[in-house]
Amino acid sequence: MTAAKIEVLLQTLISGLLLGGLYALIGLGMTIIMGVMKIINLAHGELMMVGMYVAYVLFSWAHIDPYLSILVAAPLLFVLGVGLQKYLINPVMKVDAILPENQVILTVGIGMVLANLATLIFKSDYRTTPVEYATKAWYLSDYWRGAPIELSLSFPWTVSFLFAVAITTGLWFFLSRTDTGKSIRATAQDKDAALLMGVNVERMRVVTFGLGSALVGAAGCLFLPIYYLYPDVGGQFTLTGFVITILGGLGSTFGAILGGLILGVFESLTATYVGMGWAPVGRFVIFVAVLVFVPGGVASLLKRRKLGK
Amino acid sequence: MNKRLPPLVLALLAAVPAISLVPGVNANYWLHNLILVVMWSVIGMSWNLLSGYCGQVSFGHAAFFGLGAYTAGLLYVKLGLSAWWGIAATVPVVGAAALVIGFVCLRLRGPFFALATIAVGVILRVVAENLTGFTGGDLGIMIRERTWVEKTWYYYIILAIAAGTFWFVERVVASRLGYYFVAIREDQDAAESLGINTTLYKTIALVLSAVIAGFAGAFYMNYMGYIDPKVVFALHDISIMAIMVVIVGGVATRWGPVVGAVIMILLAELIRTIPKIGAAHHTVFGVLLIVVIIFLPNGIVGDMAKLRRLLRIGRPS
Repeated sequence: MTAAKIEVLLQTLISGLLLGGLYALIGLGMTIIMGVMKIINLAHGELMMVGMYVAYVLFSWAHIDPYLSILVAAPLLFVLGVGLQKYLINPVMKVDAILPENQVILTVGIGMVLANLATLIFKSDYRTTPVEYATKAWYLSDYWRGAPIELSLSFPWTVSFLFAVAITTGLWFFLSRTDTGKSIRATAQDKDAALLMGVNVERMRVVTFGLGSALVGAAGCLFLPIYYLYPDVGGQFTLTGFVITILGGLGSTFGAILGGLILGVFESLTATYVGMGWAPVGRFVIFVAVLVFVPGGVASLLKRRKLGK
Repeated sequence: MNKRLPPLVLALLAAVPAISLVPGVNANYWLHNLILVVMWSVIGMSWNLLSGYCGQVSFGHAAFFGLGAYTAGLLYVKLGLSAWWGIAATVPVVGAAALVIGFVCLRLRGPFFALATIAVGVILRVVAENLTGFTGGDLGIMIRERTWVEKTWYYYIILAIAAGTFWFVERVVASRLGYYFVAIREDQDAAESLGINTTLYKTIALVLSAVIAGFAGAFYMNYMGYIDPKVVFALHDISIMAIMVVIVGGVATRWGPVVGAVIMILLAELIRTIPKIGAAHHTVFGVLLIVVIIFLPNGIVGDMAKLRRLLRIGRPS
């Protein structure tokens, strides 16, 4: 392989990994919600859109950096998620209907309302937050003179990736070390047993939806410097979140992280070697393939290996 | 009353184009809306067959609608035939596609099937966008010669398709197939253990539903004269609209899709004409969807008794 080809491959892999870190954050929020509540949340992308608009508003009015807006957007979205779960989604879970998928359709309705409200308030213009570091990057040739290839790490991408890693680590600590976190995991594993053990399942459900919303809101803030914003931007992220969740295995946080990274790399490779337009197809082909062949996702593969020893 | 209702409604609908004789009424506008209402009731009936009666909730019906539309369009562009042949060609083309899609997706249950159908819809849209040599890509397909300028004949054609679909769905639901479908919806494992070949019947439901949706798509190509991937394979405008039409009207009922289509299309038009709130019709749809799911989970027709009690009409029980 020539130096140029290796360079393209390595650059693609690096971009894929950085993208994958952000995707992992979206997938984490969704997998937690799916694991605990066993419902598909088709409004996930719209929640991310709300987070992005919060960051955008803070940036345009108060010149607050999008990365700092996480401190505002995440709690705001937590409250929004708690409200949605308590007043809209919970009642539906108790209603008797012909089709059990009513909750999914309910989240579709919620998503539509959120997206349309954003259109009414902000109009459907594309918006960006032009921060001064948007085009900054680190180049390999700056640090290693005479390197045979040129690689670059874009500054905003890398910072977003590092933030995502930090948030994921924080989440891991929360889920494994704190009481609430353990209660959430217990509810996800076996709702009735958790109830018998004295876990307030109702409250855990509400907290989980809020937590999932906060995570995806944070992901939105991290995406804003790199991407552009318009009210319907949520739809593609919902679908991406699903692919990652299914790829990683429902309810498995480690799976969601791995799934996000795998998807990021795969999309990057598809974009480079097959063509930009075909990237969504690649994403969904993986999705259907995983659904059919490995329904438990990456997590089940890892479990199989562990049990096999 | 129930037996005579369908022919009565049909007769009423067939007489509608007579309003063009009334002076001062914009007949074209109303006919256009009615054509859309009837077309959406066809799509709704198709979704109802697969998801309401058979329980396989599909979030990707746009795939079949779009395939029907593109079949008609490509017949015109590539073979020079009139696009009306697309309606006939829908049967083999969309039927075969449904068989393939069913082979992959029907092994999935419940919410996973729903996700897979979303994926199928998106895959077809991106494929249509990228195969520019074959489908024209984002430029879409345009039919230059319009068959009729007046809308009356288009209205009668879609009315005929809708009447045929209504009659057909009713026959299927009343037949043994219908009972198998409902058994699969209620408890697939129990049905399988009773000896019902669930895979076969789910596939039949999918193929029938797909072909009907394809008819609506082929009609759409002929009526509108222009399609492109973002319009006919749309997730929100086609797939989710189909779901809303049936959920609001009433899942697994005869008249549900029709009632739902009337409400959704006419309500959309009504809201768009209100000056300030005009742009908010999606919000109203979302709120309507949420309200219906929480209070009338079986739709308007399905929860008619509950609706009567809420509005306090009819005899006190």
